[in-house]
Amino acid sequence: MAQLVINGIKQTVSADPDTPILWVLRDLGLTGTKYGCGVAQCGACTVHIDGEPVRSCSLPLSALQDGQSIITIEALGAGGKLHALQKAWIELDVPQCGYCQSGQLMAASALLSKSPNPTDAEIDEAMTNICRCGTYNRIRAGIKHAAALLTKKA
Amino acid sequence: MTNTSQLQSALATPSRRGFLVQTSLVMGAFSFGFHIPHVQAAAPAPEVNAWVVIKPDESVIIRIARQEMGQGTLTGLAQLVAEELECDWSKVTTEQPTPGQNAARGRVWGNYATGGSRGIRDSHLYVRKGGASARMMLVAAAAKSWNVPTSECSVDKGVIIHKASNRRTTYGKMAELAATMEPPKDIVLKDPKTWTIAGKPLPRLDTVAKVDGSQIYSMDFTMPGMLNAAITNCPIFGGSLKSFDASKIANKPGIRKVVAVDGKGVAVIADTWWQAKSALEQVEIVWNEGPNAKLTSADIAATLKEGLTAKEAFVGNQAGDVKVGLAQAAKTVEATYSFPYQHHATMEPMNATALYTGSRCDVWTSSQNSEAALETVVEASGLPVGQCDVTRLMLGGGFGRRAVSHDYVRQSVLIAKQMPNVPVKLIWSREEDMLHGHYHPITQCKLTAGLDAQGNVTAMHMRISGQSILSSINPSRLQNGRDPSTFQGLNPDGNEGVFGYSIPNLLIDHAMRNPPLPAGYWRGVNNNQNALYLECFIDELAVAAGQDPLAFRQKMLRNSPKHLAVLNAVAEKAGWDKPAPKGIFRGLSQHMGYGSYVAACAEVSIVDQKVKVHRIVAATNPGHAVNPQQIEAQIDGSFAYGLSALLYGEITIKDGMVEQQNFDTYELLRMAQMPKVESIVMPSGDFWGGVGEPTIFVAAPAVLNAIAAATGKRIRNMPIQSNSDLKIA
Ligand code: FES
Ligand code: FES
Repeated sequence: MAQLVINGIKQTVSADPDTPILWVLRDLGLTGTKYGCGVAQCGACTVHIDGEPVRSCSLPLSALQDGQSIITIEALGAGGKLHALQKAWIELDVPQCGYCQSGQLMAASALLSKSPNPTDAEIDEAMTNICRCGTYNRIRAGIKHAAALLTKKA
Repeated sequence: MTNTSQLQSALATPSRRGFLVQTSLVMGAFSFGFHIPHVQAAAPAPEVNAWVVIKPDESVIIRIARQEMGQGTLTGLAQLVAEELECDWSKVTTEQPTPGQNAARGRVWGNYATGGSRGIRDSHLYVRKGGASARMMLVAAAAKSWNVPTSECSVDKGVIIHKASNRRTTYGKMAELAATMEPPKDIVLKDPKTWTIAGKPLPRLDTVAKVDGSQIYSMDFTMPGMLNAAITNCPIFGGSLKSFDASKIANKPGIRKVVAVDGKGVAVIADTWWQAKSALEQVEIVWNEGPNAKLTSADIAATLKEGLTAKEAFVGNQAGDVKVGLAQAAKTVEATYSFPYQHHATMEPMNATALYTGSRCDVWTSSQNSEAALETVVEASGLPVGQCDVTRLMLGGGFGRRAVSHDYVRQSVLIAKQMPNVPVKLIWSREEDMLHGHYHPITQCKLTAGLDAQGNVTAMHMRISGQSILSSINPSRLQNGRDPSTFQGLNPDGNEGVFGYSIPNLLIDHAMRNPPLPAGYWRGVNNNQNALYLECFIDELAVAAGQDPLAFRQKMLRNSPKHLAVLNAVAEKAGWDKPAPKGIFRGLSQHMGYGSYVAACAEVSIVDQKVKVHRIVAATNPGHAVNPQQIEAQIDGSFAYGLSALLYGEITIKDGMVEQQNFDTYELLRMAQMPKVESIVMPSGDFWGGVGEPTIFVAAPAVLNAIAAATGKRIRNMPIQSNSDLKIA
């Protein structure tokens, strides 16, 4: 039993302590977070835990303390609104199959919150998620576009 | 492959409406007390024809038969229908009829198979006719209700207009009447030059759900009461299950059943997948290792090497007399290349949900060919096709893995049969997925060419040795033992992939050597290595002749104007005639496959033995460009896939099994390695070619040629990472 704050809602989770957060979330119906490799290689399972991007397939439930906060793709846009990255993704038609994109967006939003105008080198370093469809160039363009949208607003 | 006639004959063709009613009756007959989330193709809204449904609120539903898997075919096909339908594009949504519905309606939606870049090129004609026919029936309905000739009516974005009497009505109002009109016999399609929806870079129809986590992939499918299964199959090719002991997990929470599957594997069925997977690791399994238990990659390489000089080989392309040509040459050049096994590594591992009741079997899954998946369900369940169906869910990647072999579907049904009346979702772990691929075939290639004193290529022998895909997946389709697909892009003629170079004495042949790994179609298929072997060797010949690689190719492509045009386009855009920036080296390649002409110019640098691909200029002539921005996305994506194989990709075998079990050992291209891509989409308008694959052919050879330009050394065995002293930057 663990008390977690998932997408802003307090929840009691009763899975085996060795269950990875990925499967805890998916079994709660939050299937936007994807299973790709299970070994922290692909990033399809990326969520934010207390604001940090985490590969949830490799983090067991037992590693979290009561009260820790998880944000998944379903709550990336605050208050039901799309995040600037999601807007940019739509505008540039970034996804192909789309399976990796939840993880890409979560990794990208963590990057933008640290570095609002990331350089190409910063993008290369932060965006290590695999996209087998090869949408990397549009992801890069999408991050820059979202950065511009956010700066304009600020 | 789907035995379509079996599907066709298995069910009489009931009337259109009759089928819809029948479907809901069948579904209603389930005794579960919960709604089965079946495909929405049975929507009660008026169907104008098989392709077009229009609701009273003016929304337009376009039915899509070929499979979306990321490549954009769903949007492209909808554009083609909408173009001829002349509806309001902003009101268009899509739905996917099931293969069972297709079978029941005499395959009114044609072939569902989606591979070989044929989503659009093989169906554009009938889907456009479907749209045009629906428009004509809608107009005829309006004309009838107004009692005017149809020729006096026009259409503007779903509004039907009779100008003379200033009357207007809408598709939504006319749909029901239109459905009763006789479908027109003579349909004249629009001239693509006048297109306003097709041919435009419209946004995809399936993007929004893919950015907020709401898109349901096969992996995400769920239904009340569903259990989850994890499986482990004998990892040794040709091995089988001997016995298993599950006593250790008997008391673990959530475990429902442990079952043998197909004599080859063991599955644990549990409440959650994690419970099933972690319990499976504690099941003690004994395998019959079979005849390949000692097989290694070195064994396979030795078998292929023997084929390079074997007497017997299947001929793919022959002109003149290559022996005489080589004997008379002023200079001969010889080189041997190899290309290893590759894994598809779709981001979504194989999975399927099956529900078996004894009298019905339904499967929810992702497949590139759900008709073939249905065939698998029929076979595995032992039920007639009318009592089975497959609901198509979004694929987290296909690339050929989900095209032919529905081993995951078969297993899901065999598991469900041992858990009747309960839906069970089978998910392969990534490790299982890596160990049980249908791998890009392995080949070697020996090329020998003769040049005359002026450096003209007068003779060339290209001997390919290695695995045939057809022998692995469907030997009955071999032609006198020969696998024609081995010669992709090397054919003397035809529409698929023609060898563009003029060489008076030519022999291209294939010594088939089939190791026991299952082979499959892998994005680009045999074009990948064929283009790599040929285009790198052509560069070697240019060097031997002391000629510029562009001029050398231009001369040899003089009789292949379309091959030449894409090559010239990339050379011009890349600035081939000017020196590259300091430290940057360029390489070219061209190829024709899946009906399209493609070329690339790659720019690389090598610093401290680290190779970096900076930019690739690409050109494609696919005949028609239905959605140019999606073609650009496919060029990008195909390059990422092709470069991943070139730089890192390699499946190796030890003790009869695959060594790479996850992405830590099977590395894939990531953001930092992705080059800038500049695309030239240059449809010539006189044919229909594919776009999902073709550009993949030219990425790797262009990069290899650029590396050779930089180092003066040839890398002839792939991947670069394990066959050269270069590192990947
Ligand atoms: S599923 Fe977690 S990193 Fe791949
Ligand atoms: S969009 Fe398909 S894996 Fe990234």
